[in-house]
Amino acid sequence: MASHLFCGRVNLNILREAARKDLREFLDKCSGSKAIVWDEYLTGPFGLIAQYSLLKEHEVEKMFTLKGGRIPSAAVKNIVFFVRPRLELMDIIAENVASEDKLHPRDFHILFVPRRSLLCEQRLKEKGVLNSFTNIDEYILDLIPYDGDLLSMESESSFRECYLESDQTSLYHAAKGLMTLQALYGTIPQIFGKGECARHVANMMLRMKREFAGSHTQILPVFDTLLLLDRNVDLLTPLATQLTYEGLIDEIFSITNGYVKLPPEKFAQKKQGEGGKDLPTEPKKLQLNSAEELYAEIRDKNFNAVGAALSKKAKVISAAFEERHNAKTVGEIKQFVSQLPHMQAARSSLANHTSIAELIKDITTSEDFFDSLTVEQEFMTGVDTDKVSTYIEDCVAQKDPLIKILRLVCMQSVCNNGLKQKVLDFYKREILQTYGYKHILTLKNLEKVGLLKPQSTMRNNYPTIRKTLKLWMEDTNEQNPNDISYVYSGYAPLSVRLTQVLARPGWRSIEEVLKMLPGPHFEERQQVPTGLHKKRQPGENRTTLVFFLGGVTYAEIAALRFLSNMEDSGTEYIIATTKLINGTSWIKSLMDSPEENLP
Amino acid sequence: MAFVTANWNPLGESFYRKIELYEMGWNLKDGLRDCLVAAAPYGGPIALLKAHNRRSPSARPQLEIFSSSGLPLASFPWKSGMVKQLGWTVSDDLLCVQEDGTVLVYDLLGGFKRHFSMGNEVSQSQVLETKIFHSPYGTGVAILTGALRFTLATNIDDIKLRRLPEVPGLQGAPSCWAVLTQDRQSKVLVASGPHLFILDNTACTPVTPPGLSPQASSIVHMCVSFSYKYLALLTDSGHVWMGTSNLKEKLSEVDTKIKGSPKQMAWCRRPKSQQPSAVVMWDGLLLVVGECKETIQYHLEDDSILVPELDGVRIISGTHHELLQEVPGACEEIFKIASMAPGALLLEAHKEYEKESQKADEYLREIKEQSLLSEAVRQCVEAAGHEHEPETQKTLLRAASFGKCFLSNFPPEQFVSMCKDLRVLNAVRDYTVGIPLSHTQFKQMTLQVLIDRLVYRKLYLLAIEVCRYLKTPEYQGVSRVLKHWACYKVQQKEESDEVIAKAVSVKLADAAGISYSEIATKAYESGRTELAIKLLEFEPRSGEQVPLLLKMKKSPLALSKAIESGDTDLVYTVVMYLKNELNRGDFFMMLRNQPVALSLYKQFCKHQEQETLKDLFNQDDDHEELGNFYVKASYKEQRLEARIAHLQSAVDEYYKAKNEFSAKTTEDEMRLLRFQRKLEEEKDEQLVGFSLQDTMTTLLSVGLHKHAEQLYKDFRMPDKRFWWLKLKALAEKEDWEELEKFSKSKKSPIGYLPFVEVCIKHHNKCEARKYVAKVSPEQKVKAHLAVGDVEGAAEAAIERRNESEISTVLSRCSATTDHLLVERLNRAKATVPKK
Repeated sequence: MASHLFCGRVNLNILREAARKDLREFLDKCSGSKAIVWDEYLTGPFGLIAQYSLLKEHEVEKMFTLKGGRIPSAAVKNIVFFVRPRLELMDIIAENVASEDKLHPRDFHILFVPRRSLLCEQRLKEKGVLNSFTNIDEYILDLIPYDGDLLSMESESSFRECYLESDQTSLYHAAKGLMTLQALYGTIPQIFGKGECARHVANMMLRMKREFAGSHTQILPVFDTLLLLDRNVDLLTPLATQLTYEGLIDEIFSITNGYVKLPPEKFAQKKQGEGGKDLPTEPKKLQLNSAEELYAEIRDKNFNAVGAALSKKAKVISAAFEERHNAKTVGEIKQFVSQLPHMQAARSSLANHTSIAELIKDITTSEDFFDSLTVEQEFMTGVDTDKVSTYIEDCVAQKDPLIKILRLVCMQSVCNNGLKQKVLDFYKREILQTYGYKHILTLKNLEKVGLLKPQSTMRNNYPTIRKTLKLWMEDTNEQNPNDISYVYSGYAPLSVRLTQVLARPGWRSIEEVLKMLPGPHFEERQQVPTGLHKKRQPGENRTTLVFFLGGVTYAEIAALRFLSNMEDSGTEYIIATTKLINGTSWIKSLMDSPEENLP
Repeated sequence: MAFVTANWNPLGESFYRKIELYEMGWNLKDGLRDCLVAAAPYGGPIALLKAHNRRSPSARPQLEIFSSSGLPLASFPWKSGMVKQLGWTVSDDLLCVQEDGTVLVYDLLGGFKRHFSMGNEVSQSQVLETKIFHSPYGTGVAILTGALRFTLATNIDDIKLRRLPEVPGLQGAPSCWAVLTQDRQSKVLVASGPHLFILDNTACTPVTPPGLSPQASSIVHMCVSFSYKYLALLTDSGHVWMGTSNLKEKLSEVDTKIKGSPKQMAWCRRPKSQQPSAVVMWDGLLLVVGECKETIQYHLEDDSILVPELDGVRIISGTHHELLQEVPGACEEIFKIASMAPGALLLEAHKEYEKESQKADEYLREIKEQSLLSEAVRQCVEAAGHEHEPETQKTLLRAASFGKCFLSNFPPEQFVSMCKDLRVLNAVRDYTVGIPLSHTQFKQMTLQVLIDRLVYRKLYLLAIEVCRYLKTPEYQGVSRVLKHWACYKVQQKEESDEVIAKAVSVKLADAAGISYSEIATKAYESGRTELAIKLLEFEPRSGEQVPLLLKMKKSPLALSKAIESGDTDLVYTVVMYLKNELNRGDFFMMLRNQPVALSLYKQFCKHQEQETLKDLFNQDDDHEELGNFYVKASYKEQRLEARIAHLQSAVDEYYKAKNEFSAKTTEDEMRLLRFQRKLEEEKDEQLVGFSLQDTMTTLLSVGLHKHAEQLYKDFRMPDKRFWWLKLKALAEKEDWEELEKFSKSKKSPIGYLPFVEVCIKHHNKCEARKYVAKVSPEQKVKAHLAVGDVEGAAEAAIERRNESEISTVLSRCSATTDHLLVERLNRAKATVPKK
């Protein structure tokens, strides 16, 4: 059921099982039949932990979405609220409880995810309903296993909260999550980090370690190193259009909690007799993870290499089906038949991905896509970053989607270490006049987090960073890559370069550049009890956990996987993040556009 | 060894033995005569109070507390009211029930803890009799009042008084009564003459014990077993009836042939024993009754009391302390005269082995032939657990160890843990400690509780040794003891804060999982706030520091600790507390010094208290944020005037913040709104709320070119964008004439390719062609291709000698129809100079 979690170097299923166990224990605490009232935001993340069948086994008979008024009637003994600790949700719960049918009272319980909150309980108390709850508990769900080498907190607004609103709650949860991880996988001996948030998380971790002193079980460390990276150390990467297969799926169709919804037309089943008379109208929903063999193979390839991989696979599969003609003896036939389900699954997976690739290709071959990519690449290579870009100007004039414009303008600003005041004001005025003045708040937000800024007197240091870290590679091989830059067809993500340099030759070689990037960089060591020091076999790789505070893109993940798989890399990477993002979702999370309220 | 069975007495199928635990260390003048005595189960402490002297009420009796071995633990004069009953709680606290229904609680070292009342009704009608009982919910108190009514509290730590229903026909005090725990409820069983009643919360139910001998005319005594499962009744005819406490089953009935009222009666039954048995005590006589007609009689020299235990009865007299119990199975098997049980044979084998006699082999052989060696070892180990004398324990364990040598794969755990348990038990049974726990009791009570008991007695060192010896996980064992020690230490008034803080931190330094906040709480409760703060510094968990700091009104410190923890919920908790505690000015001031708290509070206000947010910005003179605040507010307004008013405030703030751009932009916004409103009124077009761009598009689409033109000028819109806009709007309207006019109005700042493309987009190839000629050379190829003129494109490309353009055109040629063209292009391509 969770086979995708086994395949990595670290068995992340342990974490998932621990989470499932906690969930079962809580459900059993509320004995008898129950209905769950969901904070809608949580259903996605929970899907990564447990399916409905698990809930059903523990007498969950109904599920509702949390909303005001009375909870729909259901003949159950318990009502269980699964909620984030947010005040506005408490108000809704209080309303629910207050309007409960007094004649047929049911037992109420709250499960806070990921943590109980005194503030929320206080609110419930003020509303006079706190005593109505039989159980108030917390379900510690910080890092959710997402794939064999990937953990996500699925906390959408983490970047916004940290950098825009100075609310570091998600960092506290990140630190807590890392403590849980260490409880299951052993103390991580080395911690590196870059950025203010990274420093804060590391401090909290060290502090919590003292708090838990003595209560930890002794486990041989699985991770050798933890690298904490602030998203604002590398603002550029998420703005660029990802060019890996998975990255493009996310850019175009957006992957949520491991699922993607696709336009159905391409997936019409051509069944005999039906003649495709009725096309499905519901979007096709697909789960994407490495449990699917073909997907695991192509997800991280540059999209230009996907076509070849698919056709190769097609040949392999049809060859496999042809085998049946060679099967003569009963034994051979039996073996063939036993492989049949696997082959059929492979064939349908191939069909799916061929359709997805076609959908993507329609877009990547369009002129719009090409033009916009060209401009991005010009910015990244430092061409004309200090002037108003005619392309952007034209896009605004055509009223292209605002987020596209914002992505490009921000990118230009980042690549130029700020824009000349005149250029910046021009862009801003263009945007406000075209898309409406209400976006002034969004623009201010972007300025506040540093995505947009006026040039200071300081020299533009981006070219130095680009050159030192080799962020732009001219001769990128998309088919058989030899460098991480293939994920953006030329641009090597800064964050991943930092990771790569850390492993070899070490950050000391790039002190100068590190100083140019925002926030402190640091190294901490955690004492590992004697006897638990790892004895590394010759040739055994180190394992590094890279934690992106504020989000990570699929292309960055692909780049890290590429590094893991490089023959002489010596390091394997496990990735953790607050949320999987792309430029669009990221910018969207920073927008503040009040609703029009005029009649 | 031969004497092990010397104190055994047979009763029916089994044997009973009386073991001396201690010779009492106290020196009581009159023994236990005229004393209120209470001894706690599980070898707990003993409390003594001389009966009140009715004649000289001013004389103050002494309340004394002793260990089970009679060593004094505490002694103080009793100054309160008349005590009816003493009793112990499950956590070794002494309860003194006074005549007026007040219950005073002392710890076992005589420290007063608290008092509570059993209610008005009790204090008015006075206490007649009291029983203290233990249930799964804790320690309870049951009172029979002078009004012959029962009042019950099941758990003294969470007092819920229950007044039980009246017993019909009760004239005077009932002859006897007891508290039962059944169906998770405490009930009272009352005997009134020959009648028995069960009182629960709601009803008084008459009951009859099955098969009670008819000679009896009244029940004079009753007792309930340790587990509440069994009941014994003594009738005036001298019969002891034994049965289950639900009165459904009779187990036995024995005639004691004694017709006096006994002093005390108690169950004496081992867990898992087949035989029910009770002990009845009269003056000078102790009787054990079981199933058979016979009884065991012991003579008592001194006034004694019976203390029922899980696996026997302890008998405490003025001089001695003894344990009376049924001989455990394993011991009986091994020590019974002429026993041939495997354990007995193994013991014998080992004895011979010590004597270096070959008989050892014979015995061993005999056991092995029956394949009972592992059973023999098990018996010896088990029996060792039940023996009180270390010598006997050792002999048995040695025999077991000897037998183990001849077994492969015998799991060692039982043997090892028994050795360890016995070492601990022998240590606590020691005279100086005085906790005569049996192994069965120890297992029932658990190590955790034993450690607690040692801690209550302030035997910290022994407790720590026990934890270390049994390798208890540190935070359950050593650390917990150290914490108790520290809590005790901080209450020592004579030492200075510094000395205590240092001593505590030194001792607790390496201990894991210490809760310094608990220690600090103790210090605070003893009125030592400064010490508490010092101790809190050692607490690594901020979550624990903060609540206490708040309680001690050290809010600034609490706030900074909360921030340090990184736990934002904790910060919010403190902030909300401060908000309620302080006046607004002080509150804001405090936040101002703590940026983290301030920004969190702003977040809170953003969602919950908009007005406060404004005040906060005002306080900080944060004009920029104030401007943003008004902008946001403006969008909430339904009325245009209100909205513009808000925007005006925003403009003012932006100017104050020296943010000219924002100010100007907002002014533009206001201007646009007014314009839109004016036009809406004049032309009846929906405009308000549109962006400038959309407004102009709308204007152009309805032909209001002048107005659009005006906006273009007023808002200094860039030419390029205006051209794009007008081009698209006109094409949308398919106003080709106007478009052409526009194209000729002046030189297009966006070139003419867009004209071509927009026309094509609206499927007007004819119009598109008009503009191809005007397109700049660089874009000509594109323009030709756009209108489908491949030849034109080819011309242009060849003319420009541009390789990539030629290739583009080539890709659009079809080999069959345009092969001439293809050839030409290819030729041209070949001549393009390579760069």
